[in-house]
Amino acid sequence: MNASVTASAGADAKLDTVPKLLLRNAAQHTDRPAMRHKDFGIWQTWTWRQLRDEVRAFAIGLRKLGLERGDAVAIIGDNRPRLYATFAAVQSLGGIPVPVYQDSVADEMAYVLEHSEAKIAVVQDQEQVDKVVSVIDRLKKLQRIIYDEERGLASYDHKNLSSFDQVQTLGREEMEANSGAEGWWLDEIAQGKGSDVSVMLYTSGTTGRPKGVMLTHANIVVSAENGNRFDNFGPDDLLLAYLPMAWVGDHIFSYGQAYAGAMCVCCPESPETIVEDRREIGPTYFFAPPRVFENLLTQIMVRMEDAGWVKKHMFDYFLAVARRCGEQILNGKPVGAGDRLLYGLGDLLVYAPLRNRMGFSRTRVAYTAGEAIGPELFSFYRSLGVNLKQLYGQTEASVYITMQPDGEVYSDTVGKPGPDVEIKIADSGEVLYRSPGVFLKYYKNDEATAATKTPEGWVHTGDAGFLDQRGHLKIIDRAKDVGRLVSGGLFAPKYLENRIKFFPEVREAVAFGQGHDYVTMLVNIDLTSVGNWAERNNVSYASYQELSGHPQVLEMIRKRVDELNKVLAEEPQMAASQIRRFLILPKELDADDGELTRTQKVRRSFIADRYAPLVKALYDGSKDCRLAIEVTFEDGRKGMIEGNMRIVDMQTYPSRSAEPLREAAE
Amino acid sequence: MKADVGAKPVTPGRGAIAAGDVLLSLEHVSLAFGGVKALRDVSFDIRKGEIRAIIGPNGAGKTSMLNVINGFYHPQEGVITFKGQRRRDMRPYIAASQGIARTFQNVALFKGMSTLDNIMTGRTLKMRRGFLTQAVYWGPSQREEIQHRLVVERIIDFLEIKHIRKTPVGKLPYGLQKRVELGRALAMEPELLLLDEPMAGMNLEEKQDMSRFILTVKDTYDTTIALIEHDMSVVMDLSDRVVVLNYGAKIADGTPAQVQNNEAVIEAYLGVSH
Repeated sequence: MNASVTASAGADAKLDTVPKLLLRNAAQHTDRPAMRHKDFGIWQTWTWRQLRDEVRAFAIGLRKLGLERGDAVAIIGDNRPRLYATFAAVQSLGGIPVPVYQDSVADEMAYVLEHSEAKIAVVQDQEQVDKVVSVIDRLKKLQRIIYDEERGLASYDHKNLSSFDQVQTLGREEMEANSGAEGWWLDEIAQGKGSDVSVMLYTSGTTGRPKGVMLTHANIVVSAENGNRFDNFGPDDLLLAYLPMAWVGDHIFSYGQAYAGAMCVCCPESPETIVEDRREIGPTYFFAPPRVFENLLTQIMVRMEDAGWVKKHMFDYFLAVARRCGEQILNGKPVGAGDRLLYGLGDLLVYAPLRNRMGFSRTRVAYTAGEAIGPELFSFYRSLGVNLKQLYGQTEASVYITMQPDGEVYSDTVGKPGPDVEIKIADSGEVLYRSPGVFLKYYKNDEATAATKTPEGWVHTGDAGFLDQRGHLKIIDRAKDVGRLVSGGLFAPKYLENRIKFFPEVREAVAFGQGHDYVTMLVNIDLTSVGNWAERNNVSYASYQELSGHPQVLEMIRKRVDELNKVLAEEPQMAASQIRRFLILPKELDADDGELTRTQKVRRSFIADRYAPLVKALYDGSKDCRLAIEVTFEDGRKGMIEGNMRIVDMQTYPSRSAEPLREAAE
Repeated sequence: MKADVGAKPVTPGRGAIAAGDVLLSLEHVSLAFGGVKALRDVSFDIRKGEIRAIIGPNGAGKTSMLNVINGFYHPQEGVITFKGQRRRDMRPYIAASQGIARTFQNVALFKGMSTLDNIMTGRTLKMRRGFLTQAVYWGPSQREEIQHRLVVERIIDFLEIKHIRKTPVGKLPYGLQKRVELGRALAMEPELLLLDEPMAGMNLEEKQDMSRFILTVKDTYDTTIALIEHDMSVVMDLSDRVVVLNYGAKIADGTPAQVQNNEAVIEAYLGVSH
């Protein structure tokens, strides 16, 4: 059996599909761990050979159930070794796996299953079986549901329902009865080509129905290999697979890169145990959106508040040391001997235990992406010695567009174009890219494909950005939200709002400037942070409105806006967007009043209408203005808020760029 | 790709009682504390494989009833038949070793011990190794502990409390403590499970979870369940038969629908207009 595998891997030198990578790993890294999964409290391990055998049995079983080349198979569930094995099994037969977000409601799930014309659904457990069954009437193509975990399913009608074990048994029986089955399977894999569709990932469209992004084997394999080469990932690396399998990031990191680099993928016991599982595994590669890093930091800070005096002082002292020199040490910059010694001591006493607590003891590379990360949060992890970096990617690009190389890590950029990626900025400010990872097309949606991908292979990201002097890409906003000032300067409201929101005192902000001479802003203070400050400084207040109108609070926010203006002056493209006037709103922006979406995003045009008198006052030069507005309380009652607000005029700074912006200098 | 572990626990060779037969019956049971009559001439039975609810207003004698069943109280009159054996009264250790497990109205866990250890205590009666062997730890008692641990881990997996495996139960919210307590009772692999207000103080979601667990216990663990509960919608949804007590006496017995329309029951719960 082994001979035939090696022979076939040797004959098929071109490793252009993921199943071929599986065969290579089974031959070359035979007894090294391929997957781990914590089950019943113990980490279970599968070697590459075992994984190949599992995949083979399942694939042959699927074939017996009628899976043909080109058929779609939906995969629904948490990160489980068997579901990852399903990808390889389906692909080995030339089928197309379609992972579906496991937390989507039945209706969304039905849309994806129906649109992708999935013939088989492989799901995790009873919950997912129930969801699929509840919409079964709409799924004319679906023939069978296969489940991983049996609990609660024993009493179900098994006419079109099988367990993963049953399908594998089907495959193993076939292999016993028919000695040619194994060779047939290897032939099927050999038939696969790089240009074949490898996987279909549905993007969670913010508008309209999700689109099925078709990625080829070449997309996945080349992107994965580029990613591995960029950060030197190989068989010694291991990662924790905990993000949704339907998300392109997980598919590339935990499947593509893992197979390309023969890395070990570990699946957590349950979504609630991730932090503990990560600590036990100690992944060398870790990806998380900013909020995960934020939550981790909050947990630590809360615990430190409860710690004893000695511990707390030691923590504070060494954290200050890390802030001073930690990042320079990580970046390989020169640092004085005294600081180096202190940092070494701090590492022993504070940083290493902290990293261990967070599960970063062995982390060589950690990435974050998805949204802007606060600079303080970013440097906190870096100063502790965690090599946290940023990347920018899309489903349509098989993730990688830009990424930060070691030694060139900044909190305000998303990095340089990745290997083999070309970037250009359209006149509108929109970022376009071309790379080996660019998707084939949207499934059954040529109109959208044509709108996104040019005949030359350039893809519109929909994001506006620019390349800075260091050649790093900065993303400033969604392209459709970016406007122009009368002066012609770029106006990117979300960029400004995000920057001001990084200050803890600011909860929410809305910038105006489209079609105006200069930029103005409405600011919401953060009640927790400012309230805390008020308590410490004996400032008494009776309501949010009173606190937000307090002169000292106004001064505090003024200083923050001033800081922001100084930073903006450093950036040639942004210097014109310095904030000229602002005011503090007397009420919190709230989804109940329609000012925010339910996902807490600012509805800019609605706010412009609702607060029209304020916006007018911001641009007519008045020193204060009056507002009377209806608000909805949490219990649904309505009330009025009225009051006077002071408008603050800001100083602006001359741009540091070569081309002086005259209107910016007073 | 899972190790050789299925969802069902290994408890072959249950007694000769088939589903639907009487597992436990109480005949003319009366219990008094001095002059206070807690139970007055109560008779009912619990059949193998059913969920039997015991309901009634406050002070009706429901918990006393459970205490009689598992031998904590000894009735002055009446006969208890469990698995065909007639007794004047039960003894707690007999009840436990014969396969009756219970949870309590006010959670009775070891607060300082972890979830895992608490559930492990449910295995005590199943441990065969003596004190000395256990003191040595290595060898036979280690092998035995691993077997028991597997049973406990299956329960932890089943009740979805993996994330609190090592957390001291005193730190857990009430809903989770109730779940741990159910886990400990399940660890005894009981034939009859007595649940004293398993949903008290829970929110809707926790109640739904608990209902799901109770139904699955009945189906996959093949356990008979006697349940005291105040939430009537839960009782009506879950139970196969309901017995109603009032002032220590049985006033109704039957299916949920029958009981719901029984006038004596309505009177006991709502009072009657004169």
